[in-house]
Amino acid sequence: MATRLIIKTKDLTQIYGMGDARVAALDGVSISVHEGEFVAIMGPSGSGKSTLMNILGCLSRPTSGAYFLDDEDVSGLDKVELAGIRNKKIGYIFQSYNLLSRTTALDNVVLPLQYDRLTERTTEERKKVAMKVLEMVGLADRVEHQPQELSGGQQQRVAIARALVNSPVLIMADEPTGNLDSKSGAEIMQLLHDLHNQGATIVMVTHSTEIASHTERTIHLLDGKIDKIIGNGKKAKQ
Amino acid sequence: MKSSEVFNIAWAAILKNKVRSLLTMLGIIIGVAAVIVMVAISAGTEATISEQITSLGSNLVFVQSSFSRGGAGGGMPQGGLVYDDAAAIAENVQGVGGVVVEQSATESIKADGVVLDGITLLGSTADFPSVRDMDVAVGRYFNEIEVERKQKVAVLGASLAEELFGTTDPIGQDITVGNTRLVVIGVLEEKGLVGDVDYDSRLYMPITVVLDKFAPTQFAKIMGDSVRLIYVEVNDQENLDDVILQIQLLIAKRHDLPLEEADFTVTTQQDIIGTQEATTAAFRSLLGWVAGVSLIVGGIGIMNIMLVSVTERTREIGIRQSIGATPNDIRWQFLTEALLLSLVGGFIGVIFGVGGAWIFGSVSGMRTVVVTESIILAFSSAALVGAFFGFYPANKAAELDPIDALRYE
Repeated sequence: MATRLIIKTKDLTQIYGMGDARVAALDGVSISVHEGEFVAIMGPSGSGKSTLMNILGCLSRPTSGAYFLDDEDVSGLDKVELAGIRNKKIGYIFQSYNLLSRTTALDNVVLPLQYDRLTERTTEERKKVAMKVLEMVGLADRVEHQPQELSGGQQQRVAIARALVNSPVLIMADEPTGNLDSKSGAEIMQLLHDLHNQGATIVMVTHSTEIASHTERTIHLLDGKIDKIIGNGKKAKQ
Repeated sequence: MKSSEVFNIAWAAILKNKVRSLLTMLGIIIGVAAVIVMVAISAGTEATISEQITSLGSNLVFVQSSFSRGGAGGGMPQGGLVYDDAAAIAENVQGVGGVVVEQSATESIKADGVVLDGITLLGSTADFPSVRDMDVAVGRYFNEIEVERKQKVAVLGASLAEELFGTTDPIGQDITVGNTRLVVIGVLEEKGLVGDVDYDSRLYMPITVVLDKFAPTQFAKIMGDSVRLIYVEVNDQENLDDVILQIQLLIAKRHDLPLEEADFTVTTQQDIIGTQEATTAAFRSLLGWVAGVSLIVGGIGIMNIMLVSVTERTREIGIRQSIGATPNDIRWQFLTEALLLSLVGGFIGVIFGVGGAWIFGSVSGMRTVVVTESIILAFSSAALVGAFFGFYPANKAAELDPIDALRYE
């Protein structure tokens, strides 16, 4: 493999509860995702896919095991460092969009840039960057609209723009079409495909086999372990 | 995140719930306004009192009968000050500018067909105007010779002259006080109310005449020239203690008593001002505490609403965390909001306090003096209260787990 590894985990384990009530939500999961891959994670509820998603998205830390994101060991980072990783390296797309209400699309997209303390940018520069990404997702004419004035599909586009604005190495999508009608859902999937074709690395959690079939690989989880990994007949981009 | 952006977010959050923010600020507004108004009232009272006291003449020493010997049991007072004591002080004590003895009585006055009942007669010695800082407007005050010779002359207070004679020149006119006829020789300058005494409605005459003709009671007639109070004006503030000691020694000797059993007390203007200041200071600190408590209550109000706000905005906090906000970013955001609430509340409170003090002053007629320090103190207390009570909710927001916060409905 010539491409670099974006995600590399070794024996990720997450244990909830104490004593007899101990439950292993994740039990020794080791996966790798290369740059430019589009991977789906599937599994029934309780299989540990949300837990894995949270760890991969640096929203929580595993009880044990190692996680290398873009060649950096992030399993031992503290809260502040994790916040920095989330800001610079990861873009999230949620099922329920999670946009700030009563805040314009533009301001929502600017937000990750405001929390970026590594790059010096003026307010004008931030707006420019955010505008560019909003144009890319086809919302150039909606930038001053607030979420409640936008359709579900449009809101998800704003969320995608927000995920992309800091040029992350990894996009985490959690049921990105779950709240959308099939037409809007198809449009969002098309947008993700476009991003993938431009070289983005995407990990998507879904319960729908149809949606998962858009990806190159599907990782099936069961009871906190990898059940199977199925190639979806699409070649990983080299 | 830049502090200007944090400020903007906090400001937007406050504006989003205008009514609630205003209600939250109410405690701070009332607290700050209360501090300013209360301090303004007590400072006004204090200024009025000390002005009144000094307007009675500075460098004054009061020698008072205390009847400590034999009189306390309700029997006949033995001793006490007599008129001659005043003369002795004037003669023998070094560094005295003037000595005044006062004896008052109440009588009806007739003049030019006008009859006034219950007028206060103030018998004094000739030094009265200089010792008590009174000025003569027309004519003159009576002199020592007139006092000595019990001349039936009278000096009118400004408003008394107006009531008796209107626009007519009262100098040289006759007035009948009780059954005694006196000649008006002067009118005093208007003095106004000092404490609760109206100096302008009084009639002034030689003390010898009062003792002779208008002694208020049968008992006083027997006592003859007994006086309650002798005013001594000291030439130089530096000689005050020396003069007091001389007076004590002199009168004790005259009364044939050891100093420890003296039947009189000597107090100074400074003592009285000191007592007044101590009283108003105690009053002021009490008001300060009351106002301070209302500030704390206001702070608890802010904490309460901030806790509600943190809970309501859990999802927002989660979103911010997921895109890279650190615990400090979140903490600052909510702390800024609490601070802003208390500062804006403090600012409104200052406006209400200054305006309230002014309105209270003009409605009640009480003097109010807005003290700059009280504004600074109240405003900075408000800021402190905001920071203190905002910290807990802000910390709670900062410690939220991003996953839980994102999942919060």
